[in-house]
Amino acid sequence: MTHHDAADGVSTPPDLPDVAGGPDDAPLLQLVTPAGARVTTPETDAYRERVAHLDAAALRGLYRDMVLTRRFDDEATSLQRQGELGLFAQSKGQEAAQIGSGRALAPQDYVFPSYREHGVSHVRGIDPTARLRLFRGVDHGGWDPTEHNVHLYTLVIGSHALHATGYAMGVQRDGLVGSGDPGRDTAVVTYFGDGATSQGDVNEALVFAAVNNAPVVFFCQNNQWAISEPTTKQSRVPLYRRGGGFGIPSVRVDGNDVLACYAVTAEALERARTGGGPTFVEAFTYRMGAHTTSDDPTKYRSRAQEEYWRRRDPIDRLENLLRAEGAWDDAFAADVAAEADALGERLRDEVRALAAPDPSTMFDHVYATPNAVVEREKAWFADYQQSFEEPAAEVAR
Amino acid sequence: MSETKTLTLARAINEGLRRSLENDPKVLLMGEDIGALGGVFRVTDGLQKDFGEDRVVDTPLAESGILGTAIGLALRGYRPVCEIQFDGFIFPAYDQITTQLAKMGYRSGGKLQVPVVIRVPYGGGIGAVEHHSESPEALFAHTAGLRVVSPSTPQDAFTMIQEAIASPDPVLFFEPKGRYWEKGPVAASGRGEGSTVLDRAQVVRPGTDLTLVAYGPTVATALRVAAAAEQEGRSIEVVDLRSISPLDTATVVESVRRTGRCVVVHEAPTYLGSGAEVAARVTEECFYSLEAPVLRVGGFHTPYPVAKIEHDYLPSLDRVLDAVDRAFAF
Repeated sequence: MTHHDAADGVSTPPDLPDVAGGPDDAPLLQLVTPAGARVTTPETDAYRERVAHLDAAALRGLYRDMVLTRRFDDEATSLQRQGELGLFAQSKGQEAAQIGSGRALAPQDYVFPSYREHGVSHVRGIDPTARLRLFRGVDHGGWDPTEHNVHLYTLVIGSHALHATGYAMGVQRDGLVGSGDPGRDTAVVTYFGDGATSQGDVNEALVFAAVNNAPVVFFCQNNQWAISEPTTKQSRVPLYRRGGGFGIPSVRVDGNDVLACYAVTAEALERARTGGGPTFVEAFTYRMGAHTTSDDPTKYRSRAQEEYWRRRDPIDRLENLLRAEGAWDDAFAADVAAEADALGERLRDEVRALAAPDPSTMFDHVYATPNAVVEREKAWFADYQQSFEEPAAEVAR
Repeated sequence: MSETKTLTLARAINEGLRRSLENDPKVLLMGEDIGALGGVFRVTDGLQKDFGEDRVVDTPLAESGILGTAIGLALRGYRPVCEIQFDGFIFPAYDQITTQLAKMGYRSGGKLQVPVVIRVPYGGGIGAVEHHSESPEALFAHTAGLRVVSPSTPQDAFTMIQEAIASPDPVLFFEPKGRYWEKGPVAASGRGEGSTVLDRAQVVRPGTDLTLVAYGPTVATALRVAAAAEQEGRSIEVVDLRSISPLDTATVVESVRRTGRCVVVHEAPTYLGSGAEVAARVTEECFYSLEAPVLRVGGFHTPYPVAKIEHDYLPSLDRVLDAVDRAFAF
């Protein structure tokens, strides 16, 4: 698309106008250029093999996933603006990182997301309305984690990197690593952002994962901004280099290239499942929207930067590839657009219909066992509520 | 273990852990120095030798890491028992315990369970240095979703640790480190063979004139107080709470309704401590039975002091007797 996109896949990214991260000489694995051309260098051979089986239909499937994820974002943002959601965190701009990595997962793999992994949730079959229960304030979770092998969204930055590592240690103990049966061997993936790499928990997770050789993939979506703080406030080195100090193989991938994200994740998952231990992936991408609907990115970042990344939109890139390879057809595009419209309509209807739970349910599931304190308070609350109800006979008069 | 043995409290916990490891292959112990060394207090002595490094796991020196990975293991169906080496070292794990462990069952609408036990040697009186003598139980009891217990005898320690591990809820198991070396009889009839004691307070000494409420390290103090007061013709009942969350209010209230006086004793600072909760409950429910206000004896609103003066900070026999006198003076 632009003259400074090197043809070789393992390339130096072009000059990014005021992009966070400082001087950046990190290699960036790319399989498709922003113009939609395949990258075919000797350095990318192994990764190209990982996506060689993705035919035109599969590529169109990835496109569909990304378009639906973006529509989900746009609708949820509108619903928040209309007062139907208390808050929303978009994944806009990160669709390639999420769909590419998510589609590389096997059904038995387990995911520990942060809170904007809507593309991953989509891939794992979590109902879109269920994903918004948390943001509407009718639920702290939204889905059954064991049904989809996707843990609940975690709001405390980086906490879940440890849960993922512990879960992976459990997988190891269950004998589901390196058994040679690809239908059983299991990997765990945790998603977090650039800001989370500063948290102690993420660093402790890297320690635990490394010394236990745990089958876990740390998938860092470096979207350049931790609310208003650029990556330069988190690190003096490109983030993927953090993994090396822990003895963890690490790779930096073009996070707006869905095929490259698929390939590096597939490689990392295979390493985990076969007993090769953890991998750290930095998907170099961009959060096109705000951090959340409470945020105002115009206060801290330039329009030039936003424009630069808009030209690298992951959905446009895949469309360019499909067109370049004769895999695009307008009927398909119309189908996807219609499906996105239907998703939007469905979300608008279903989210508005999500009613507040009965207040007495606040006392449920605090403990798995009977608890005297909670039971007392629940009983008191029931009596208190009862006290507002007029006797039926008086109402009749 | 068969029949009844005389064991130290530390050894009783060791035997309880051994039983749990034997009975449930999903139980595993995690912590710093708990393997070859057997823990700095030797509570896990010999367990790694018998159960292997995968079940008695020496972890990196990272408390949040221990708790966070334990949560992940619990989500995978394991029952991790984490050792925090000293009370004052629990704070790096505080976030994982309060924002994650305590709330995961609730957040998932009961679809997830995280049966993690956190063993914490706590309390003072052993002449330790900073961060090695604290009593942070109220901080955890204030967090819904956590159970907080503390045994006071070898028998309870043996039984309660097994019940804590069997509990589907997360449990903070506060071990009175100053009592680790005290011996007592331990009957093998532990979990499954007797009644549940984990959240049941127990009248450990009957009396008629005043109820002393204590738990963990202060139960022994309370019993000495009761013996001393008997010399003065006062009949004091001692209630061991065992569980700080939930509180077995019924046992305490039943006792105070009979005795008419109540003094609560714990090592933690009295200000906003667990004694305040007991006092408030007793006042609400026993108001017309009370002959005197409910009094508290505990630590002061200071950081834990240096070892050379800790005896002035801890609720001593004399300080508790003074409170007893004040209760009778009303």
